[in-house]
Amino acid sequence: MANRRLMKGNIAICYGAVAAKCDAFFGYPITPQNEIPEKMSELMPLHGRVFLQAESEVAAINMVYGAAAAGKRAMTTSSSPGISLKMEGLSYIAACELPCVVVNVQRGGPGLGNTLPGQADYFQAVKGGGHGDYRLLTLAPWSVQECYEFMPWAFDLADRYRNPVMVLMDAIVGQMLEPVELHDNFEIREYAKPWATNGALGRPRNVINSLWIDSAVMEDLNNRLQAKYAEASRREVRFFEYQVDDAELVLVAYGSTGRICRTVVNMAREEGLPVGLLRPISLYPFPAERINALARRGSRFLVVEMSAGQMVEDVRLAVNGTSDVFFHGRTGGSVPTPVEILDRVRAVFGGSSITSARARSKEVS
Amino acid sequence: MQRVYGRPKGLTEAEFAYCAGCFHSVAHRMIAEVMEELDIIERTIGVCPVGCAVFMYEYMACDMIEAAHGRAPAVATGVKRVLPDRIVFSYQGDGDLASIGTAEIIHAAARGENITVVFINNTTYGMTGGQMAPTTLVGQKSTTCPNGRDPKFAGYPLRICELLATLDGPSYIERVAPTNPAGFNKAKRAIKKAFQKQLEGRGFALVEILSNCPTQWKMSPIESLKWVEEHMTKTFPPGVFVDR
Repeated sequence: MANRRLMKGNIAICYGAVAAKCDAFFGYPITPQNEIPEKMSELMPLHGRVFLQAESEVAAINMVYGAAAAGKRAMTTSSSPGISLKMEGLSYIAACELPCVVVNVQRGGPGLGNTLPGQADYFQAVKGGGHGDYRLLTLAPWSVQECYEFMPWAFDLADRYRNPVMVLMDAIVGQMLEPVELHDNFEIREYAKPWATNGALGRPRNVINSLWIDSAVMEDLNNRLQAKYAEASRREVRFFEYQVDDAELVLVAYGSTGRICRTVVNMAREEGLPVGLLRPISLYPFPAERINALARRGSRFLVVEMSAGQMVEDVRLAVNGTSDVFFHGRTGGSVPTPVEILDRVRAVFGGSSITSARARSKEVS
Repeated sequence: MQRVYGRPKGLTEAEFAYCAGCFHSVAHRMIAEVMEELDIIERTIGVCPVGCAVFMYEYMACDMIEAAHGRAPAVATGVKRVLPDRIVFSYQGDGDLASIGTAEIIHAAARGENITVVFINNTTYGMTGGQMAPTTLVGQKSTTCPNGRDPKFAGYPLRICELLATLDGPSYIERVAPTNPAGFNKAKRAIKKAFQKQLEGRGFALVEILSNCPTQWKMSPIESLKWVEEHMTKTFPPGVFVDR
């Protein structure tokens, strides 16, 4: 049954989590994600589920660790500095092969930064972030509707791969108001969890642990993790394309920057410039194969991020020297405007550059 | 012939790898006996620390979770909140509970989290080689205060029971010194009571066990027991701090 409502991305995350049959939420206040724990404190008890405000981000992720070990669907949310604090816990959760979902409503950084939008936690999200060789499966919504729909997807991936999943947002996606259809067309699969530490009644005891002092056993775990990530790379890559078919220049951007770049594509097309957009939806696994195919057919790329250049490295790896990769980034909470991006587009096509003095951008490669 | 002593059902068949005379073996056995006596082995989830007891999951016959250093009370909270009818305990040393995990233990206690905590205080980081702990006595030598803990530079030891007793959340807090058979019996009664409080739904219960570390203290097991009695109990007096 559809239910059309106007709400913020942060609120849609909450409804999505409830639809995903999330059993437990543990969080801590930090802007710009505060609407999530606030709304969850109302929604979770209504559905007979657990809400607890933890004493710290560190405690919250370890409560998630405990609830996930007990076989329940558990999540936490935070914003950039708070996500840094969760990295120890995420490394343990990945090493113990436990499912959970973590939402990062990214803000400007580094350090305490500010509460404005940012995308500079990309490396932290897709390259591991904590210690050791592990990855977070990472999804990037660009609309309030996707905030809602990605939560059941995130929990399903977490359970299927027994791995933490990160939903990587930014302050714009979290704070913007949009209409959203709160449908219930989700197939919520229930996964058997014979490994859960929920009491050994009628079975041998279970142990959740990431300490393996025998190097061969520890390497086996690493090989198992890498095999999972390879499987996810084969099965779970998702991206969105707009006007890519004849595009000589493909903009690559995710989240709210992807929305801005869609506008830029329309503006460029009006000027007759053959420009398209590829928006990675799964940031890990990354749509490298598709980008490589576009490069080999002759497309060039302009990567746009609210960072000093992070995802651009994955685009370059995908292109692997077969085409040009340009970059335009804004940092510290500044948002790139369509006009300044269009200016970069014109420059790539050899046109006049009318706003280059204002656009604090740099060309790479 | 009647069997009067054997391996409690709460322990696995694994042999303890602890040093000779170390209290960890004793404390593990007391918890195992209590789980058997209360018939809760199959519905108990234990959370073990980082430190010498990091391998506790090898020894306990119940489900076990290995936590990150200091985070056991948060992990135990996560388990207990989603499985309120299970019995959940954490087992932590002084470095784990009173230093890196101070925030987690204080807030679990303040929430009156319905879990049981067994706190092993041996005034040292045993596993990493005998460094100064948050509970190292003033004047006591360690590898990071080789001339003895000088409060001018290194401050004073934390009294966890007294600290937590100021909170409204805990239902039971006791410190015990099992250095002789009577003390052993008292310690086991305290652990049993801490589990019973949880079974009754009364909330957070903690037992601090004043423990030895013959290896890092460079003493024989018997000398170490004497040292607990003569020195540790002066800074950390045994007693019941909360019972409600």
